[in-house]
Amino acid sequence: MLIQQLANGIAVGSVYALISLGLTMVYGILRILHVAHAGIYALGAYIGWFSFRLTGEFWLSLFIGMAGSALGGYLVERFLYSPLLHLPRIAPLIVSIGLFTAMEEAFRIVAGPHTLTYNAKIGIGNLSLGSFQLTETQLLILFVTFLILIILWVVLSRTRTGLAMRACAMDAETASSFGVNVKAIVAINFLIGSAMAGAAGVLIGVYDNQVWPTMGSIPAYKALAIVVLGGLGNIPGTVLASFVVGMAETFFIGILAIPFPRDAVAFVAMILVLMFKPYGLLGKG
Amino acid sequence: MSGYFITILITITIYAMLAHSLNIITGRAGQISLGHSAFFGIGAYTSALFYTRTELSFWISVPLGTMVAGMVGALLGIPCLRVRDDFLAITTMGIVFVVEAVFLYLPFFGVAMGIGGIDLPKWFGREMTKPEYFILILVILILLLLLDRRLERSWLGLAWSSIREDEVAVGAMGVDIVRFKVIAFILGSAIAGLAGGFYAHFLTFIMPQNFGFGQSIVILCMVVFGGIGTRWGPIVGAIILGILPEISRPIMEYRTFLYGLLLVAMMRFQPGGLLGQESVLPRFFRRIGSPWRKSGED
Repeated sequence: MLIQQLANGIAVGSVYALISLGLTMVYGILRILHVAHAGIYALGAYIGWFSFRLTGEFWLSLFIGMAGSALGGYLVERFLYSPLLHLPRIAPLIVSIGLFTAMEEAFRIVAGPHTLTYNAKIGIGNLSLGSFQLTETQLLILFVTFLILIILWVVLSRTRTGLAMRACAMDAETASSFGVNVKAIVAINFLIGSAMAGAAGVLIGVYDNQVWPTMGSIPAYKALAIVVLGGLGNIPGTVLASFVVGMAETFFIGILAIPFPRDAVAFVAMILVLMFKPYGLLGKG
Repeated sequence: MSGYFITILITITIYAMLAHSLNIITGRAGQISLGHSAFFGIGAYTSALFYTRTELSFWISVPLGTMVAGMVGALLGIPCLRVRDDFLAITTMGIVFVVEAVFLYLPFFGVAMGIGGIDLPKWFGREMTKPEYFILILVILILLLLLDRRLERSWLGLAWSSIREDEVAVGAMGVDIVRFKVIAFILGSAIAGLAGGFYAHFLTFIMPQNFGFGQSIVILCMVVFGGIGTRWGPIVGAIILGILPEISRPIMEYRTFLYGLLLVAMMRFQPGGLLGQESVLPRFFRRIGSPWRKSGED
């Protein structure tokens, strides 16, 4: 029972990690709270669903969903965020909230208000060891997430692009004076982060077997809570916080059976942590 | 005046009060708050509970709601004081989700069904009519705006604007930042609570969903649309964004979509809001006014 809950918590936490990492990467470089990231996540789910309808291939639809999200994220950065960077912090934040609202409505207008079912055949099969069970979709989530996390880690720590990204996150101006093309790095950053959000969208679409217009609402704010909990812009902190929140939710709801809304757990954890560590779990002031 | 028209007027006045109160926290003291609807809700729930459960009249339950919202504002101001900028925005956002969850899950607050049976206030031995109620809240809004004008030039107002401009520098000059920030939170939350009380007694029925995160965004939009930090901006924002849903009924389907786009376009092309320093309208009025002014005054 405990191990089962643990596995469920890890599956939930890894999806949170996929969504939150893009957010934290954007924050690391541009210092923007990218609420519309959850719109990109839902966009990925929709594109994945449509391409699954057209091709019938799950893996291809996952890839197309990621590519579509990456493009969407890039356009948002290019045409909305970069012209606003000289303004006070609240301006891009409000743009982001407005864009997110408009995106949710656009999904509803284009694809209809009803829930679309997304039952893809993945072909991995369930894993069961006695009473311990992992469903096919949970395995899929774990596999894809860890694959993406490993790729991200290799890119960030082993390549020149990753070095440039880390340098920009520390100090974009200094990095620029050392010959780093900051604009290109910001674009790459958005492409990678948005592709990850798109992947998360497709995975959740398959996991819950549904795609619906407001599917981004809860991840939008929960991902923000997770990112703050981990220390804004801190990548290891974000991964840690994602798993902490995923586990906390599963344990609170599954074992203690507290009739408290699951979605408020992340915020309660965040407020409690911020009282003692105002820059998050692994954040530095 | 028809009932429909007066209902819109009352709603807009309540929104104007809310936008004004958020402007104190965000515009004057520079503290980004995405959690304003929580205080609106606390005020509404407190006065509704006192009114329906204890036989207290409107004239006592609404001030009680205001006080409770102010006190909770002070309490919740404490975690908010430790964090700044983006951390603050998200902490205040978290407060909405927690407060909404409390209303939604504790049986004391009526759960999802909300609280009903709240009435318009009584005076002179009879129930107030809607136009009279409108005049009452309009008078209170005007009093609040007069108070705001007094505050702007007072020590409090000056301290707030200096904190807004550069917190570190002001702290180094010996200004007690914590005190002034808490005062801004108390004042802003209390006025939001007052608006909540009026709202509850006008609707006669409230439920948790009225005070969710979306409501916070609506209030923030009004402040931003009109011009953050200006005295009349939030009021103008509340009037325009309050009327817009009514005149846009034919395009109901696309309304929220257009709202979102409007917000994006506003920030992208007119980030100071309609009445902000560098915006179209003030520049236009300054140009019209210039022949009557002495040269070099502008």
